[in-house]
Amino acid sequence: MSRRDGRGLNTAGGVAHAPTRLMRTVILVSVGLVFAIPILAMVEFTLRRGLAGGYDLHRWTDLFQGGLTGAYRPVLAALGNSLGLAVGTVAIVLVLLVPTMLLVHIRFPQLRRVLEIICILPISIPAIVLVVGLAPVFSVVARLAGSGVWTLAFAYGITVLPFAYRAIQANLDGVDVRTLSEAARTLGAGWASVLLRVLVPNLRRGILAGSFIAVAVVLGEFTIASLLSRVNLQTALVVVGKNDPYSAVILSLLALLAAFVLLLAIGRLGSERRRSTAAPAPTPLTRSGDTP
Amino acid sequence: MRSRPFRTPPWCPRPPRARPQRRFSARSGQRLSSRFRAPAAALGLLPFAVYVLLFLALPTLIAVVTGFIGADGGFTLDTLAALGNPIVLNAFGSSVWLSALTAVIGAVLGALVCYALLGARPDGALRSTVDSLSSVIAQFGGAMLAFAFTATIGIQGMVTVLLRDTFGIDIFADGVWLYELPGLVLPYIYFQVPLMVITFMPALASLKVTWAEANATLGGTARSYWLRIALPVLAPSFLGSLLLLFANAFSSYATAATLISQGAQIVPLQIRSALTSETMLGRENLAGALALGMIIVMSVVMTGYARLASRAARWQR
Repeated sequence: MSRRDGRGLNTAGGVAHAPTRLMRTVILVSVGLVFAIPILAMVEFTLRRGLAGGYDLHRWTDLFQGGLTGAYRPVLAALGNSLGLAVGTVAIVLVLLVPTMLLVHIRFPQLRRVLEIICILPISIPAIVLVVGLAPVFSVVARLAGSGVWTLAFAYGITVLPFAYRAIQANLDGVDVRTLSEAARTLGAGWASVLLRVLVPNLRRGILAGSFIAVAVVLGEFTIASLLSRVNLQTALVVVGKNDPYSAVILSLLALLAAFVLLLAIGRLGSERRRSTAAPAPTPLTRSGDTP
Repeated sequence: MRSRPFRTPPWCPRPPRARPQRRFSARSGQRLSSRFRAPAAALGLLPFAVYVLLFLALPTLIAVVTGFIGADGGFTLDTLAALGNPIVLNAFGSSVWLSALTAVIGAVLGALVCYALLGARPDGALRSTVDSLSSVIAQFGGAMLAFAFTATIGIQGMVTVLLRDTFGIDIFADGVWLYELPGLVLPYIYFQVPLMVITFMPALASLKVTWAEANATLGGTARSYWLRIALPVLAPSFLGSLLLLFANAFSSYATAATLISQGAQIVPLQIRSALTSETMLGRENLAGALALGMIIVMSVVMTGYARLASRAARWQR
């Protein structure tokens, strides 16, 4: 991939002075190996046969043949909780964040900076600090709306705000929302159809990426659920891990794999767009921790 | 962030050919505002504003204010004085030390990975795999990471056993440190490196080929390119990412909470014990004071980050 042009300049992938293929392989393989060790150790751990030594697959087969019942039922229920919370959090992103971002973009451009600061702020407020203040808020919420696990979605909506904002804003910057909505308006469209039939389809990728990232964050969340004594996937895994570390590790591996596939799909989605339009590369959508 | 003015001001000379188009947009702009007046539009901002107030501003405010409320419900600075308690100071010290150490190691390793990724096609399989893996590992701390490191360097962990049985090295010769503060270093590095890859890669990718060409035209070498151009341009981004990593480790709770079940060596764990302790009255307020302390540290770090990020942005795009 790397080539030398006429002036002896080593460029590869549009970047000058990129490392040679050998150098790149050495770095990536060695760091990759170090990072693979804990994952391999988890796999090795689940394959252990017990005190006698040796390896087999019985823990994996037991887990699935048992039909995920009995001791694993709590994890299944917790996964249900987490998925429900993910849906709720995505709903908050779609119903509260997206329309607000569009409204600010179209009607109140002077507020863009303010919105950005608000949306990025949760990154700088540790979840554990948020919990200290959320506890009293949630006791009020519990009195008004019950203490169902779904109420946590309100808190998760805040924690995913920076990630969702970044993903959607990256898309918003590349689409001339203003002209599109004006064109639709001049052609007689009402605001509802401008929003649903013109803007949302154009921002589909950003919204989708924001939603996927929200799902990933919610599935990995532990702090808030644990300290507000609600059950989600991560807290249930810790509980199972205390009695049955093997199943907990197997389930963690599966969750990890599922999240990886999910994010890989988003990454592909982002790069497909880049390839098809040959536009200047937008902020890749999986770069969730990236703040401006 | 650029904000494009919608209508050109009347004093601007307008290019003749742009005239018909401008007229059109001016007319539709008028239509927009006549149909959809500002007060009505501002009403649309209300739901989000209420939500953010209730679940972001209010909790943050409560967290800070509880630090100033005594056991009798009145205003007090006593709990704040608890921040001067040696145990609390020690926890802050450990938190800062742990965050700084893992941030520096994570930043250097992460930057190295970013450098190695420079030659790979931005939309290629390698980049997207590393991107996705980094995102997953950076998000999935907590239980998973604690399990992983117990399985790796726990008492019966894969690496522990391998070192002991094959090389005769007992990593726990001086006692089991995995469930203490030093045990957090490796798991923290494990999620710091991916975060560095995520945040630093855009900066490296924004290095322009033209700069290298200019350097080559003026007789520069690869060495002078890195030393005189790339590194100075990258320095603010690198330091910014370093601060973000520090903040990330400083605010991280899940990994420590699942790995360390007893004691409270770092601030988040102290907040846990203050929140969950039912033996001492008024401990909730200590949680508030600790939260205030964390907010102060985080605001210093994030202010620095914002400064560096805006400096770095000069060279990106």
